[in-house]
Amino acid sequence: MAYLFRTPQQQTEMLQTIGVPSIDELLTQIPAGLQHCGLLNLPPALTEIELEQHVRKLAADSVGAATRTCFLGGGAYDHFIPSVVDEITGRGEFYTAYTPYQAEASQGSLQAFFEYQSLICELTGLDVSNASLYEGGSAISEAVTMAMRSTDRRGNVVLCGGVHPEAVQVVKTHVLHLDTDVRVAPLVNGVTDHAALAKLVDDQTAAIVVQDPNVLGALEDVAAVSALAHQHGALCIVAFDPLSLGVLKRPGDRGADIAVAEGQSLGIPLQFGGPYLGVLACRNEFVRKLPGRLIGQTVDRNGKRCFVLNLQAREQHIRREKATSNICTNQGLMALRATVYLASMGPQGLREVAELCCQKAHYAAEKLTAVPGLKLLSTAPFLKEFALTSDKPAAHWQAKAEAAGFDIGPCLNRLPAIAGMSAADRDRAFLVAVTECRTKDDIDRLAAALSC
Amino acid sequence: MRNTQAVQLLSELSHTGRRAETFPPADVPTRSLNEMIPADFLAAQPPQLPELTEPDVVRHYVNLSTLNMSVDTHFYPLGSCTMKYNPKRHERLAKLPGIIDVHPYQSPANMQGLLAILYETQEMLAEIAGLPAVSMQPAAGAQGELTALLVASAYFRDKGEHRTKVVFPASAHGTNPASAAIAGFDCIQLPATANGFIDLDALRKAVDKNTAVFMVTNPNTLGLFEPDIAAAAQILHDAGGLVYIDGANMNAIMGITRPGDFGGDMMHYNVHKTFTGPHGAGGPGSGPIGVRDFLKDYLPGPIITKTTAAEGAVTYDLTTPVKSIGRVRTHFGNVGILLRGYFYLRTLGAQGVRDAAEQAILNANYLKAILAPVLNVPMGKYCLHEFVASASDVLKSRGISAMEIAKRLLDFGFHAPTVYFPLVVPEALMMEPTETESKETLDAFAAAVQMILEEDPEFLKLAPHTLPISRPSDVQAARQPVLKWTPCLRD
Repeated sequence: MAYLFRTPQQQTEMLQTIGVPSIDELLTQIPAGLQHCGLLNLPPALTEIELEQHVRKLAADSVGAATRTCFLGGGAYDHFIPSVVDEITGRGEFYTAYTPYQAEASQGSLQAFFEYQSLICELTGLDVSNASLYEGGSAISEAVTMAMRSTDRRGNVVLCGGVHPEAVQVVKTHVLHLDTDVRVAPLVNGVTDHAALAKLVDDQTAAIVVQDPNVLGALEDVAAVSALAHQHGALCIVAFDPLSLGVLKRPGDRGADIAVAEGQSLGIPLQFGGPYLGVLACRNEFVRKLPGRLIGQTVDRNGKRCFVLNLQAREQHIRREKATSNICTNQGLMALRATVYLASMGPQGLREVAELCCQKAHYAAEKLTAVPGLKLLSTAPFLKEFALTSDKPAAHWQAKAEAAGFDIGPCLNRLPAIAGMSAADRDRAFLVAVTECRTKDDIDRLAAALSC
Repeated sequence: MRNTQAVQLLSELSHTGRRAETFPPADVPTRSLNEMIPADFLAAQPPQLPELTEPDVVRHYVNLSTLNMSVDTHFYPLGSCTMKYNPKRHERLAKLPGIIDVHPYQSPANMQGLLAILYETQEMLAEIAGLPAVSMQPAAGAQGELTALLVASAYFRDKGEHRTKVVFPASAHGTNPASAAIAGFDCIQLPATANGFIDLDALRKAVDKNTAVFMVTNPNTLGLFEPDIAAAAQILHDAGGLVYIDGANMNAIMGITRPGDFGGDMMHYNVHKTFTGPHGAGGPGSGPIGVRDFLKDYLPGPIITKTTAAEGAVTYDLTTPVKSIGRVRTHFGNVGILLRGYFYLRTLGAQGVRDAAEQAILNANYLKAILAPVLNVPMGKYCLHEFVASASDVLKSRGISAMEIAKRLLDFGFHAPTVYFPLVVPEALMMEPTETESKETLDAFAAAVQMILEEDPEFLKLAPHTLPISRPSDVQAARQPVLKWTPCLRD
């Protein structure tokens, strides 16, 4: 009788008040022929102690970053999460509330999301941020359709080959029926081939999407991409890593019209891929094309500053089929995590994390390329992640690492195809990501494990 | 006493030089950034985030949290949102190592336990839906709708059929038409019967060989089971179309009837609602979809497959269906929310699932009955898990609108019902008490509504009177949008 209040006496009283002899009477509106006979075939109910034992047993049959030493990347990273993030987001007043339809009863969430928007604007150097989307891949996809609406161009969209190939798939899934041509520029030396990119852009291009650092960890010339986009009247969409902005120039300062990100690195646990956080910010002129929730400041009837859901005329519950997106909720609790994370970091914390990742990744690259047979896939600069390749299958190196308790990768053949890389290239290449949590000792031992 | 200390905006609390988090110096030989990264790419300074100590951050957010109403603290009968209790046992379990620290690109061999949980979740969702194939990729109900429509689209394309229309009743959630439009369909809205149900004649007229999908919420947004759902499904199936069940209201029917049993070909769940996600102040959600066998090859991947070797060893793996529509997001899905759904279903078992639905129905009908003397419910003698009352009569007789009742309820410590939805009921107050509320709470809520209806209408127009703010101006917010903090906002 988990979480139910009913006592036989109260149930009888309630049925009497309703005026029916039994609950079955209330179910008669469901045609008898459609009712399920008997109970569903579900596993037996467990008490809390049984559930705890059952789940602990299964959890013990999985080993993640807390037990193994994680050098995995590809868009999700084992960054440090300050305790304060868990403590604040664990407050029932936040995690058991819902979308702030009643502003008077939701000022806590509304102000936190307004703060989230403010922090994301400062982080990206752009004017407006929404209150978050599902995750990085769908944020790219939403940015692409937003660019189509803003430019009134449906012909094509051009993605740099370094955009995460799962996100490329997401974009393709979403624009398939629009007859929009999704063009992907190949990588050369692990970064965008700018000559090839220029050939794909024309006066029907709604946007160019560039990811920086790209899926291989390499740094892209974002300013060159935005110049190309603007030359053709297209928008420039930059997919960024929030933590990289501790050292790298902000998307808004490099010509981005729309900036999007996977916000997992902002205090969100790995948890096998989600929930994560979709970040989306843009220049002021596109605000009414934005998808998703938007919080605005206003005053109440006594002139007191307060916060409300704003510009809802863009949204599905008002505009229905003419809405800017079908998205209903934001990713509230994850946006709160990011807000508390950034508030705890401050400018210096963010800079230190980014620098630590960069220093450790470069040390790791030096040690790992000293392993006989391994070399960097690209000579392009990188920040916290890089791709290695060799004459052997990537699986060979991954198996060696795994046997010694290290996780490296993903092998590029675990990802969808990357433009400009053959299947054979991908079979031989894998990623290594180094966060602030990895130590010199971790790196030295990984290099030793791969050397033997 | 409400504490308003430290609830200014973060940037107003900031003092140069403060910080909460520090990091150790690098333990590797270091180089200058300029040696590693081209100067052109480097920022002169990091973004100017606020500077705060950890106690600053904690007092700020803890005090902000107390400005919220939530299920933990208040009765929250927000219709259509299933604001049920979120069990605490879920939180500790979801944070276990081996669950929370699993990287999406780890080797599947190292996450067999987690995959076993997710596989079992997949199976339980299929059983409750009566639909055999499930994809857990969608991040929320709206993404589930879109995913299912893309699946339908791929299915028809594969059959060489070009179907352009999606049909739905006027009472549909806004996400239905929005999703259909994004999936590239023309949206056809149907009128309802006088009782708010599917109008079979209108449906027959609307459905033809160009109709791809009929999207319907059942029980509908009035909290009533569609009496003609099977006949409606037959109309679609006769025309070669598909039926999509919006699972928003599964809390009413889980264990009692199944979308697959009443004609649905596809459906989505809202795990954050029906299976206690939680709601997280507006997400994250999780919107898995279930489909019939003939649609399973089009599902987005990865899904989890189970292989049992001859000697009995079980292996779980991640696979993508052969004709998959592709991804709707990166990575597997909103695993953190799916896990809570798993813990919930394992706690309830089959009997518990049915009990929860029955108790939700009992609570809704009880609340409806005790409110009946003061608030009219135009549609339905009995309801399922929710009902839609109308303040039309009291608006006429006393000048009290649905919004005024909603706002004043906040003063009594109750979250407001959903107001002005669905549109088919004037002055709508949509109430969904859920199964995890006591008779005492429902009695107190009804007593509050009665008191409110006797209050001075002018007094109600200014409600709430005891909350931190009252009646924010949406007009001012929209006229000159202030969407981020700037120094000139400082009080």
